[in-house]
Amino acid sequence: MNRVEPNVYELSTPGRPSHRFPDLDVPFAELPDKMLRDHLELPELSELEVTRHFVRLSQLNFGIDTAFYPLGSCTMKYNPKVNEDAARLPGFAHTHPLQDTKVLQGNLALMYTLQEWLAEIGGFAGVSLQPAAGAHGELTGILILRAYHQDRGDPDRKKILVPDSAHGTNPATTTMSGLSVIELPSDKRGNVDLEALRTECDDTVAGLMLTNPNTLGLFEEHVEEVIKLVHDCGGLVYGDGANMNALLGVIRPGDLGFDVLHYNLHKTFSTPHGGGGPGSGPLGVSEALLDYLPGPIVDTVEPGDDDLPPLYGLVMPKKTIGRVKAFHGHFGMHVRAFTYIRSYGKSGMRDIADHAVLNANYLLAALRDTYHVPFDRTCMHEFVLEGRFEKAPGVHALDVSKRLMDWGFHPPTNYFPLIVQEALMIEPTETESKATLDAFIEAMKSIAQEAEDHPEQLQTAPHTTAFGRLDEVQAAKELVLCCRPAELSTAET
Amino acid sequence: MTYIPHTEAERSQMLAAIGVKSLDALYADLPADVRFPDLALPEAASEMEVMEDLQLLAEANLHVRQASCFLGAGAYNHYVPSVVDHILRRNEFYTAYTPYQPEVSQGTLQVIFEFQSLITFLTGMEVANASHYDGATSLAEAAILSLNHHRGKRTKIVLSAGIHPQYREVLRTYLQGQPLAIVGDGSLADDPASHIDENTSMVAVQYPDFFGNILDLEALGRAARDYGALLCVVANPIALGLLKPPSEFGADIVVGEGQPLGIPLSFGGPYIGFFATREEYVRNMAGRLVGETVDSRGQRGYVMTLTPREQHIRRGRATSNICTNQGLMALAVTAYLSTVGRAGLKQVAELCYHKAHYTAQAIDQLDGYELWNRDPFFHEFVVRCSRPVAEINEALLDHDIIGGYDLGQVYPELGEHMLIAVTELNYKEEIDDFVEVLNEQG
Amino acid sequence: MKFPNELKYTESDEWVRVEADSATLGVTDFAQDQLSDVVYFEVVVQVGDKLSKGDAVGILESVKAAADLYSPVSGEVTEINDALPDNPELVNSDPYGMAWMLRIQMSDPAELEQMMDAGAYQQNTEERSG
Repeated sequence: MNRVEPNVYELSTPGRPSHRFPDLDVPFAELPDKMLRDHLELPELSELEVTRHFVRLSQLNFGIDTAFYPLGSCTMKYNPKVNEDAARLPGFAHTHPLQDTKVLQGNLALMYTLQEWLAEIGGFAGVSLQPAAGAHGELTGILILRAYHQDRGDPDRKKILVPDSAHGTNPATTTMSGLSVIELPSDKRGNVDLEALRTECDDTVAGLMLTNPNTLGLFEEHVEEVIKLVHDCGGLVYGDGANMNALLGVIRPGDLGFDVLHYNLHKTFSTPHGGGGPGSGPLGVSEALLDYLPGPIVDTVEPGDDDLPPLYGLVMPKKTIGRVKAFHGHFGMHVRAFTYIRSYGKSGMRDIADHAVLNANYLLAALRDTYHVPFDRTCMHEFVLEGRFEKAPGVHALDVSKRLMDWGFHPPTNYFPLIVQEALMIEPTETESKATLDAFIEAMKSIAQEAEDHPEQLQTAPHTTAFGRLDEVQAAKELVLCCRPAELSTAET
Repeated sequence: MTYIPHTEAERSQMLAAIGVKSLDALYADLPADVRFPDLALPEAASEMEVMEDLQLLAEANLHVRQASCFLGAGAYNHYVPSVVDHILRRNEFYTAYTPYQPEVSQGTLQVIFEFQSLITFLTGMEVANASHYDGATSLAEAAILSLNHHRGKRTKIVLSAGIHPQYREVLRTYLQGQPLAIVGDGSLADDPASHIDENTSMVAVQYPDFFGNILDLEALGRAARDYGALLCVVANPIALGLLKPPSEFGADIVVGEGQPLGIPLSFGGPYIGFFATREEYVRNMAGRLVGETVDSRGQRGYVMTLTPREQHIRRGRATSNICTNQGLMALAVTAYLSTVGRAGLKQVAELCYHKAHYTAQAIDQLDGYELWNRDPFFHEFVVRCSRPVAEINEALLDHDIIGGYDLGQVYPELGEHMLIAVTELNYKEEIDDFVEVLNEQG
Repeated sequence: MKFPNELKYTESDEWVRVEADSATLGVTDFAQDQLSDVVYFEVVVQVGDKLSKGDAVGILESVKAAADLYSPVSGEVTEINDALPDNPELVNSDPYGMAWMLRIQMSDPAELEQMMDAGAYQQNTEERSG
């Protein structure tokens, strides 16, 4: 069955009646011809055509609401529907970012409370909600580290230490901040190699970027020593909070000595991933770094009393690195995360981590005899397997992933972290039931058996999806990034 | 409220399968002295109670549907057709992530491809990426593209003072670690063209500018070309429904805020930054790109392409650290532009233009107010008042009118100047009421 | 996998063919195999440029990886293979022949001594693919 959906330009018919706005109710003003464009290539569709087009496209997609989505490092947990309703309340959705804050006390109270809650959960002195995504939070955090050293008259600290298991955003952020990356190897148990760290710790270190649990899903066994080594040489420690789901109510990074950490509201705090964003990457910092936060942040400008709530305002921290984004961050995501934390409450935080870790270890226990586990110890919220088989050398991790689609599952993360060959990184999250995990285990075991018996079944998978494997080489060589003129001229005739 | 499905019995079975006695035993690797903190958070609440709390917070705000709104300055109150949000609420779209597995992500991939196409044609450029966080960060990324294009050999960025002040601020934050001169926006009298030289990597202007002016960028484009500097234009996408696209002035990069195209104000975010350029710069461009190809069965399909530019492959040598884009917001823009279409976008732009001019003329005739713009303007304009703008806005609020932006906050030379935005949502009656209250406050 | 004996090799997988003071540069069979289908090649220097040892001279991309090319010798760029950007697949099909990248008039041929011979390079690649 051919499932190709025409694009909006192919669906367009010149002159098709579409959405109407009200007639002009004021006189025409002069409109100088020389300022005007002579053509505008936009499609013309009826509302029904638009609706069907996007509904059909949505049916070619796989979301958390379709089935199990164990994409490691992305925390694809259920996105509660009430979050969506909350963010769409007119009082939130239809407020302008530059309105007088006196008439936006609801928004400011929500943001202030979320700042406080996130600070409490992570063990930090303060939080900025401005960063728009995890990588944006990283950039903000590293610029804060840089500003801190500059401000203390220590501008020669240019080295950022990054473990080899880190997300690619860590080194990319470092370069963007004008600092240089020093890669640290991992030891045999998947921890940062302490000897290598000791060698690098000197007075040129600006900081260390550490993901904990790391991208192997393992808690750094020497985390306190790692942090102490960096602190002792005058550096600061940045925490990549991508894996915070494992730590909610279990341990606070601030208590371990982390100086900065970004949260991913779209991972840990259930805001939807949206097909690749919008994310939200608030940043928590220790007392010493409070003044460098990007602004504005929300603060109380007049204390409340028994009768009146406090008056909230937008305040710029004293030595701020500046704005990292126009306005106040992804407010719509703040509303959703607020709703989520409020729902689970104090005791619920630990429940989340407990069940995320329980589910991951349950899968690991069931699969470790079938797939090689390169760093095999109790994992946190995710773990990494090798998708390769001694008896089937021609089968790769990617083939396992594609075959999982035939079982109705979204594949795990492939080929990351880079330090594991043929990596399959699996993160089940807490919202999946035992029944779902059992079905996934069955699929993974069958696929491993099939790799030996019928490797071609894996190498040519998926077989049951609307699309087979896509030719990435052709895409990169021919580079068609826009509907082609030929299609346009057809649409115009 | 919880969304965790485990029963007590299942939990026990799972712990037994793992071979541990309790959940606590899973955390043996963690430092014991700081484990299991007592968090100062509220107790859990039911969905019903949570929604009541949120309702109360939302009701503590004044929103633009309860008032007439004449405030713009980078975020605009436009009508969003109902169908757009219905499309955004399709679970398969909003609960998916980045389309790493194209066989099960053709929906997201084709939407992005269509978004790239719509932005390419709207801006008149050759290629557009799958978005940035907002207009401000897309301007910062444009500067980084220009620096990479010149291989770090040029160290000067020229900005017009007519670019949104927050955008200029964000660009400076992004580039604070690089040894650069960022000049040209010291005062309104500064002419960006006069700063361009052989060390200039990029010159950026806004179109229409922050004050609504539709400037002819022909001469600036020539000046940039003469010195080999890239010309970046920060454009308003609604205005492009009517006005000449920046490509006609020789723009090398066109960026901007996509919020006016179907995204609610939402107190400033999430919005979407668009980014279009010439094909020759495509490998220096940051962010995701989707390209057309075929699948193993010969069907046309889409994949993320040119990924070696990106952080997950190039790591420290990537064009940017950007990872997550604004996928769902790109869907909103695509759905909006598909719905309003060629005629609809032009109509919205015309409604904005004519209503803004009607408003400006009426205010210009009042005692105590004077229209400041000398150039043609689009849907935003500046009036000089004879009192502090904050005071006038207080009085307007008493009439449920959200007044314009107080320019004195960021432009010292524009104390007592108000920036007013008018869109298709402002009916003649509310414009007349606005003018009348201004008259009383003159 | 081929490791021609007459060439010199680097740890970053470039090869050099020496004829008098002229060095011809390309990437090795091992490198193209690691990259898989090469879809893009760009030279980032021009004829006449003076290079120092270790300067970046080109960029290679496949659909899953990117590699930067460095010059193992100092000298002046005398010739660039113009056919390669339009036919990057030559890197896969003929890495030591048609896919040569540029020629350099060496200013310090002694630098060649720091490069590996075929045997040492082959051993190096075997260790890396471990």
